[in-house]
Amino acid sequence: MYLKDLTKLNGISGNEDEVRDYIKNNIINFADELKTDRLGNLIAYKRGNGRKLKVMLSAHMDEVGFMVTGHGKDGSVRFKPVGGIDERILPGKEVFIGPERIPGVIAIKPIHLQDKDTRNVNVKLKNLYIDIGADKKEEAEKAAPLGEFICFSDEYQEMGDSVVKAKALDDRVGCAILMDMAKEKYNFDLYLCFTVQEEIGLRGSETAAYQVAPDIALAVEGTTCSDVPEVEEQDYSTRLGEGAALTIMDRTAYADKRLTSFIYKLAQDKGLKVQYKQTTTGGNDAGKIQRSREGVITAAISVPCRYIHSPVSMMDKRDYESCKEIVRALLREIDTRQDFLDYIKNGGNFDV
Amino acid sequence: MDYKEILKQLVLQTAISGREEKMSFFIKDLFSELCDEVYVDSFFNVTGIKRGSGKGRILVTAHYDEIGFLVKNIDKKGFVRLASVGGVDNKILPAQEVVIHGKKEVYGVIGAKPPHLINVEEKKKVAKLEELYVDTGMTADSLKKVVSIGDAVTLRPKYRELLNSRISAKTVDNRCGVTALIAAMKELSMLKHESDIYFTATTQEEFDLAGAISTAYSVEPDLAIVIDACHGNVHDAPEDDIYTLGRGPAIGIGPQLDRIYTKKLFKTAKEYNIPYQTDVEAGDTGTEAWAVQVSRAGIPTTLISIPVRYMHTAIETVDMKDIINTAKLASRFAACALI
Amino acid sequence: MFDLINKLCGTFGVSGNEEEIRSLIAGEIIEYVDEIFTDTLGNLIAVKRGNGKKIMYAAHMDEIGVMATHIDDNGFIRFSNVGWVSPQYSLGQRVRFKNGTQGVVFYEQKEELKNLKLSNMYIDIGAKNKEETEKKVKIGDTACFVGSTYKQENVIISKALDNRIGCAVLIKAIKEIETAKNELYFVFTVQEELGLRGAKTAAYKIMPDFAVVVDVTETGDTPECKTMEVKLGNGPAIKIKDNSVICHPFVKNILENKAKEIGIPYQYEILEEGGSDTGSILLTGGGIPAGAVSIPCRYVHSPSEMISVEDAENAVKLIKAAADI
Repeated sequence: MYLKDLTKLNGISGNEDEVRDYIKNNIINFADELKTDRLGNLIAYKRGNGRKLKVMLSAHMDEVGFMVTGHGKDGSVRFKPVGGIDERILPGKEVFIGPERIPGVIAIKPIHLQDKDTRNVNVKLKNLYIDIGADKKEEAEKAAPLGEFICFSDEYQEMGDSVVKAKALDDRVGCAILMDMAKEKYNFDLYLCFTVQEEIGLRGSETAAYQVAPDIALAVEGTTCSDVPEVEEQDYSTRLGEGAALTIMDRTAYADKRLTSFIYKLAQDKGLKVQYKQTTTGGNDAGKIQRSREGVITAAISVPCRYIHSPVSMMDKRDYESCKEIVRALLREIDTRQDFLDYIKNGGNFDV
Repeated sequence: MDYKEILKQLVLQTAISGREEKMSFFIKDLFSELCDEVYVDSFFNVTGIKRGSGKGRILVTAHYDEIGFLVKNIDKKGFVRLASVGGVDNKILPAQEVVIHGKKEVYGVIGAKPPHLINVEEKKKVAKLEELYVDTGMTADSLKKVVSIGDAVTLRPKYRELLNSRISAKTVDNRCGVTALIAAMKELSMLKHESDIYFTATTQEEFDLAGAISTAYSVEPDLAIVIDACHGNVHDAPEDDIYTLGRGPAIGIGPQLDRIYTKKLFKTAKEYNIPYQTDVEAGDTGTEAWAVQVSRAGIPTTLISIPVRYMHTAIETVDMKDIINTAKLASRFAACALI
Repeated sequence: MFDLINKLCGTFGVSGNEEEIRSLIAGEIIEYVDEIFTDTLGNLIAVKRGNGKKIMYAAHMDEIGVMATHIDDNGFIRFSNVGWVSPQYSLGQRVRFKNGTQGVVFYEQKEELKNLKLSNMYIDIGAKNKEETEKKVKIGDTACFVGSTYKQENVIISKALDNRIGCAVLIKAIKEIETAKNELYFVFTVQEELGLRGAKTAAYKIMPDFAVVVDVTETGDTPECKTMEVKLGNGPAIKIKDNSVICHPFVKNILENKAKEIGIPYQYEILEEGGSDTGSILLTGGGIPAGAVSIPCRYVHSPSEMISVEDAENAVKLIKAAADI
């Protein structure tokens, strides 16, 4: 199963090699052309039958994590986050450094030794460090050189009836879905873009979109899901188990209304669970693709993930399946409707 | 070539982001002596080309604009209010000398309240730019004859030599980079290089990277080397974010920078015994590399930074040795990188 | 001028939902241009063919608003901002959804006013419960603010003068320029309020020799306001700088020289908070020299913005003169 394998690979932004190699090896037989561009994006091209329509699906290969930034005289390893991470989740967690996956723990002073007045104060990132068991600076430098990437634990855990906990569900879910889409043939040109460096600023998608210059694009993502205690209902964003989530608007893009409502109605028509993302925070590759060159009709569909950007992100397998099937249904619709682009441009209203 | 003299001439000139036209002529002249072709584009980026045998194209950039201000308002008494251009630290402004570039240059000081009149609460706060003003000693009427709304205001240019070949002045960030470009051109004249090398002194880096965006798009290089300043060693700053003056340029590593070419850059430094430090960048490097990397279909980008203490003040301090070593590193790397 | 402004301000066009305003503008100008089309993101692009330079004029046609994000069991609507929306300016105001449904914006009254945030506010359309609300408003629906357009002496007060006044200026210029000396592109952009978005793709498509944006700017002439030179009624403002751009000297000089030539009052703009389409156009491709003519406007992003009619009329003159270089 692609998804489990993918979450177990390490791919911090800028170091996506493991993920890229896995994807490449698994879809090489399904793509007419496989290209790795200058930034490291993997672009798989499936040629159509000459129909003048370019569709781009994008999912990013990178995950949030850390980088080694320095070493203490006592063998401690200092680090900085790569991508957006809430510092408060860090104390006391395990991490793995570099391709050898040297284990380490993020140190925290035991509560017994903390001052009364600092017990309720969060530890600042600059005061955190990783203990890999080294005693001297040289030892730490050898095991964890400057710039080395650091990942969360990669344990994949099934929970309850259909829930999964793993790291990097954002956005290995997208990668897995794209890999699945590679297996079918379509009459239009399909570009499966596995992008890099999304977490540090939507970097890869900018150059990928420039190269592909698609007519239609869909970003497939993992998104925030906060249907948990201490959160007011209007801030849930998405709900676990309620299906794939379509973005209406986030910080980086106002998704194309016509394409988005078409996908929503298509999902309903096929009996696939679908919801709208009800908050407008966050952003993803759709933001860069939409304004590439002369503009691209762009939408975004996501698998809801609780505790996103942490080692314990959780998704419901049924939401993952629904997302996958909705994407598949969309591609099949595009394949069937010869005038799909004009249809969407004119409002894409689903006629009865 | 006297690089100290070149740096001196560069830092004594003024060119805030968006107002680089006048200084572009000076840089063009400097480049003309060392390049096969020099041109200035509509955004006043100055590019000098050293042709090889056409095996690939490398772009080397260093921005020459500086942070500063614009005249926002002249009040009834002749005091001038400022709008900032680029990231100025307001803490350095009280009692700071400035120059207003109107029809002629007008010397002024940013006022400072006498300590006798400041209460305890006020002492703790940092004055907002909105509350500061420039005193030129002139009346509103006479000032308005030479100064208009929108005129540029810069920190007063002054050049100081400290011990150990260290220089302290405004805009060492990034005139030290431009000096390194010129020194690299000179070094390359003595090396064989197959690639065509485009050296561009870019504009508007301190504001919105407009110079880098337009240059990268037009030049379309196969590889880019960005030269900028990084933080020199100061007290009470995180150890991992500062670089020691005199220990050589800092080579950037991180997701934003091409891993393979960066490895080559380290190799070049070791091969030629050029001292270097390592600059770990976990995301946006805060330099032109950010814009260059995603130009069109992407450009493999590397970053070499010169340690500069007290960035964005009138006393930015650099070690000449670091500038020379940056030039040596950049030129030797450019000579072999694309082969 | 007033009738045009009235029509424009009264038409719905929250960012991302510019269909109606686009239609209205297209209808106004179609007789006066050689070519007119809508691009992928929804920008309306009109061309007056000519030789000489390729000049791009741009004015954004979208307005700020709010988007329904959640409907609670009692029928109250939680919302998000579309563009920069101030909680204070919105409190007690009315909003209007595209289908005409009006709502009142208010706040959780247990909360102290000093903690006012969009997240502790809601829209009330007077429905009894969730089902009733859902008949009129769906998640994702957008609403504009209500603020009728009113002329008083030399000023016009209205919602959405940002930037329907800019659109009005361009429309008038289009109608009054008989033969174009240069090739003139008039772009009514989308999604400016969301981050200067539409202008980028329109500029990429056109790749003009230079561009002039028409938008509003703030003023520095109200009680205890932040220092700023621009004053209502002192003429159109030639932009020097805003948060998104340092205007290119080439364009600034053209505007300055033309303003002097035709003898209109003008002033200079340095805007310290807020950007404009000028920035995204300038950074497109290999860089496009861009500048702007701004209409002084008080109370920007409130439902009662105020401009001087004379400033707008003089802006039209300046735009026409610049087209002739």
